[in-house]
Amino acid sequence: MALTREQMAQRVAQELQDGFYVNLGIGIPTLVANYVPSNMEVMLQSENGLLGMGEFPTEDTIDADMINAGKQTVTTVKGASIFSSAESFAMIRGGHVDLTVLGAFEVDVNGNIASWMIPNKLIKGMGGAMDLVAGADNIIVTMTHASKHGESKLLSECALPLTGKGCIKKVLTDLAWLEIENGAFVLKERAPGVTVEEIIEKTQGKLIVPDHVPEMTFA
Amino acid sequence: MAGFDKVVGSYEEAMAGLEDGMTVLAGGFGLCGIPENLINEIKRKGTTGLTFVSNNCGVDGFGLGVLLEDKQICKMVSSYVGENALFEKQLLSGELEVELTPQGTLAEKMRAGGAGIPAFYTATGVGTPVAEGKETKLFNGREYLLEEAITGDFAIVKGWKADRYGNVVYRHTAQNFNPLAATAGKITVVEVEEIVEVGELDPAHIHTPGIYVDRVIVGHFEKRIEKRTVKEA
Repeated sequence: MALTREQMAQRVAQELQDGFYVNLGIGIPTLVANYVPSNMEVMLQSENGLLGMGEFPTEDTIDADMINAGKQTVTTVKGASIFSSAESFAMIRGGHVDLTVLGAFEVDVNGNIASWMIPNKLIKGMGGAMDLVAGADNIIVTMTHASKHGESKLLSECALPLTGKGCIKKVLTDLAWLEIENGAFVLKERAPGVTVEEIIEKTQGKLIVPDHVPEMTFA
Repeated sequence: MAGFDKVVGSYEEAMAGLEDGMTVLAGGFGLCGIPENLINEIKRKGTTGLTFVSNNCGVDGFGLGVLLEDKQICKMVSSYVGENALFEKQLLSGELEVELTPQGTLAEKMRAGGAGIPAFYTATGVGTPVAEGKETKLFNGREYLLEEAITGDFAIVKGWKADRYGNVVYRHTAQNFNPLAATAGKITVVEVEEIVEVGELDPAHIHTPGIYVDRVIVGHFEKRIEKRTVKEA
């Protein structure tokens, strides 16, 4: 069975480490915050200028001046800090964020990522995505393995305009955990019940399949 | 005005000197921390052919979106737009030009503009449509793009509190692009919720020192929320 969005978030959360500063993109990445292990301290960075993002407010504590990068009203945790957008992107560009999780339309064997622009459709903009992928060393891309029509999103070369070049090393899809090494996807784990054959069939770019591909485990 | 006193008494005075064809830098992220009354004054004034440098362009009927109604904006330099139907319409008809700029690059362009740095290198955008026509250079084996700084004829800024000398503090994440825009305007206008006595703000806690600020005005703010999210009780 393909992973649900919640299971994808759970799998990403297994990559968290105590003391990590983490930037979570919109969509599935946002759900990762729900699976931070209770014995671990993690600080969430929001690129509009907040380190230490907390949960949503109550009706009583809602504040128009307190939002996240998705423009949602939020709160801060104890020990949070707030700063300008230039300071925020200095943290990101300067490589100070330990883990960045974001979605994409396509990823290819050379670590290129396309996530912001589909030609001939309305282009809203890249927001902070280009800065995030250029600045971070440790990025996890979360996406479905193939489109609804079965077209692979793991390609030999991205067809859409790029968000960043050569910057992606880890991809979690609804079918598999893959890492990008030496111009190929390496199949590291498969979703419970998903066969290696199905992953091979739905991966267009070069795929290296080790002799043993373990199933993901969830606590 | 006398000495360092930057306070003006009317919005008309606050935006005096804004002319057709000028470039305006605006603080704000989404609808958070936007200089909503200064924007409304530009609408009232009817200035046209304006270029706005702002992360977003408001929504239909609020924020910079109101300046689209009478086609006062000819160009936006932004990282994310299109939260309003009118914007999309004018973009498709060619009445409005957009220069999409990565958010961190946009912030740094303003910071550099205010700091007297004409351009800087960044890895952001290498190999993407943003890199088209830009100079690149290798540093330690990695490719970087040369991005030019931005300054404006005006900067319009939303602060929380200011003193008469133009020292400003921002509230929570309404800070965002505001302190950057404040440094990079030939004329920087700050509207705030409260004007306090000189000496009342802790000198070590001032976000924007008064040297960057030309005019201060106190206003009332709607502070519309774009995405109201609350936790389940």
